[in-house]
Amino acid sequence: MKKINLFSLLIFSMVLFSCGGEEKPSKVKPEYIEVVSERKAVMTAPPYVPEPTGNRKPTKLIVDMEILEYVDEIAPGVEYTFWTFGGTVPGSFIRAKVGDEIEFHLKNHPDNQLPHNIDLHAVNGPGGGAVSSFVAPGREIVFSFKTLNPGLYVYHCATAPVGMHIGNGMYGLILIEPEEGLPPVDREYYVMQGDFYTTGEYGEPGSHVFDMQKAMDEIPDYVLFNGKVGALMGESSLKAEVGETVRLYLGNGGPNLVSSFHIIGEIMDRVYEGGASFINTNVQTTLIPAGGAAIAEFKVDAPGEYLLVDHSIMRAFNKGALAALDVTGYDDKKVYTGTIQEGIYLPEGSRIQLQPKRPEVEMKEEVAIDEMSLDEKLIVGERLYGQTCFACHQPQGQGMEGAFPPLAKSDYLNADVDRAIEITMHGLRGEITVNGVKYNSMMPAQSLNDEEIAAVLTYIYKNWGNDGHEVTTKQVSDIRRR
Amino acid sequence: MIQIKKIVFLFGAFFFLLTSFGQEEGMALVKGGTYTPLYGGDSISITIPSFYMDIYPVTNAEYIEFLKENPKWRKSKIIRLFADEHYLSHFQDDLTLKPNEGMRDAVTSVSWHAAKEYCKCQGKRLPTMDEWELAAMADETSPDARDKKEFNQYLLSWYEKSKFKGKEIGKTYKNYWGIYDLHGLVWEWTADFNSVLLSQDTRNSAEGNNNLYCGGAAYGANDLKNYAAFMRYAFRSSVRGDYSIKNLGFRCAKSIK
Repeated sequence: MKKINLFSLLIFSMVLFSCGGEEKPSKVKPEYIEVVSERKAVMTAPPYVPEPTGNRKPTKLIVDMEILEYVDEIAPGVEYTFWTFGGTVPGSFIRAKVGDEIEFHLKNHPDNQLPHNIDLHAVNGPGGGAVSSFVAPGREIVFSFKTLNPGLYVYHCATAPVGMHIGNGMYGLILIEPEEGLPPVDREYYVMQGDFYTTGEYGEPGSHVFDMQKAMDEIPDYVLFNGKVGALMGESSLKAEVGETVRLYLGNGGPNLVSSFHIIGEIMDRVYEGGASFINTNVQTTLIPAGGAAIAEFKVDAPGEYLLVDHSIMRAFNKGALAALDVTGYDDKKVYTGTIQEGIYLPEGSRIQLQPKRPEVEMKEEVAIDEMSLDEKLIVGERLYGQTCFACHQPQGQGMEGAFPPLAKSDYLNADVDRAIEITMHGLRGEITVNGVKYNSMMPAQSLNDEEIAAVLTYIYKNWGNDGHEVTTKQVSDIRRR
Repeated sequence: MIQIKKIVFLFGAFFFLLTSFGQEEGMALVKGGTYTPLYGGDSISITIPSFYMDIYPVTNAEYIEFLKENPKWRKSKIIRLFADEHYLSHFQDDLTLKPNEGMRDAVTSVSWHAAKEYCKCQGKRLPTMDEWELAAMADETSPDARDKKEFNQYLLSWYEKSKFKGKEIGKTYKNYWGIYDLHGLVWEWTADFNSVLLSQDTRNSAEGNNNLYCGGAAYGANDLKNYAAFMRYAFRSSVRGDYSIKNLGFRCAKSIK
């Protein structure tokens, strides 16, 4: 052991001297890099990533990956059967470097229903490892590969039907750092997009499974960052401080959609396109193909909340492709001044936008349902809030300065319940003053029925320091009839 | 015409007697036929003679009887070559189940070798994969339900279920042939479970692997929509004869003499 170390040191210093002070590590072809040590890979659940490999020598890296099938929430009140690498969507993050020899232990939990395997795009070999890693429930399989190419790579299950295994969440990222490691940054996060095809519509409560027909038609019910509506919102949002450099490891599991990844209000200083070696600079929106990745780096310049979206934008505000980066710290007016002036602009013929009404039949059915209990209203209300309202009014009703008025401790809200019902039903346009701050914006009419409006408003009134008013379905129906 | 009907009726009655009181007790007759399987390209169609198949999967109770008479297949005696370390993992000792296991549950965690031997001792055999697929393409009312949307959705939703629960036999539907539990209870061994991957015979050409991974899945299959069948083939090709898996049981079949 020691001998080899000394020997390689000797070679290394010879290379150094002979090249006249060349700083770069030995340019041995990766496949010929000898590994002299062994270690267990530290793997992390999203949105976190393991420690950088830094200047450690290539090693034999033992990766332990367990496949788990389980039921969890895909949205508030909606259950879905997920299949995963390591118990999360996306799967555990693997971090290695060029020259590592990865010994991969793939374990299929005995309670699982199906066989699985893994195709790592970081592998040079048949099936990316899939051919050697097919594993039945209750079995473990071991295969190994040498990391030759630096980059950020997708891994996924490749068992037939592949689209179903991926569609249920079987994907993740493996980072192969260059030998010298990636340049250090202040924060690193792991975010991966996926499209989901479920037997229920977006937000439909209950327990749902994969819908093959929708998947083949490529019309998803959900497009999500990290496997759940709001997985990276509110308390779980990503955090950074002004002046810090953030690096995002971005992936797209698919199975079908290509992502137009964008951060609202933040230009990406550097993007390793495709997760590969080419670095593009000053990028507004970067394409992440299904089964592809990208690394984005940017310095956060101003405090506030920045939304990560798929800028194929209906997916962001209607199918869940929304995450948040919370930046705290000093507000530098040189970078962003905030609102300087505001006024009313009303071109002729303007009117409030309407969302499509629900079909008649459905309305009739819903009339028959009795008034919900307060407890039910709060549960249903929370779910609806999470689907309909939180994107603008924010998870804790705090709103967004200059754009969306707060619902928390809101004088405007508490002053007039009927008005709140009307606004939810028909939308609102024009200037209003909430807690002493003027807002001049537009809220579309919401396609909620009377019961749902009663539930969501009750939830809002019972939370965040509001006056606790309970709204009844009758109240809502009376206003609708006016 | 009337005479023919009578003959058919008599013939039917004879069969009925045979199946009810003969050696084929507990088995159902599956009428043979020709069908195009998932693998092998458009030109392949398979003709299967009629055969008998167990109405239910083999239960723990039945398997314990077998173990009593055949000590070398007990958990403590089994040769590792014939069954891996998960063999009968739901038994607390050679002849007793663990507390929460039911005697009327389908026996699982049995290897292919053990299943084969069990059937042999009953004067039966494991069904071939084609026989199993033929019997299992029936729903309650028709012998071939593969094109029915609800049927495929039922299968897919069972395959999706995450945790393995409830293995008592006879709780799912009775199919066209009178057989229970082919879907929705446990996976089942077949005699030639690994032939699709291993044998080149059923493949139409030498190009490509024709396996069930990635591209191969689209390449070798006749009916792209039959994802449920994909999953069965995938499961079968993931196992070996000594594997003993928590959700994998079996039932026996018999040829008509």
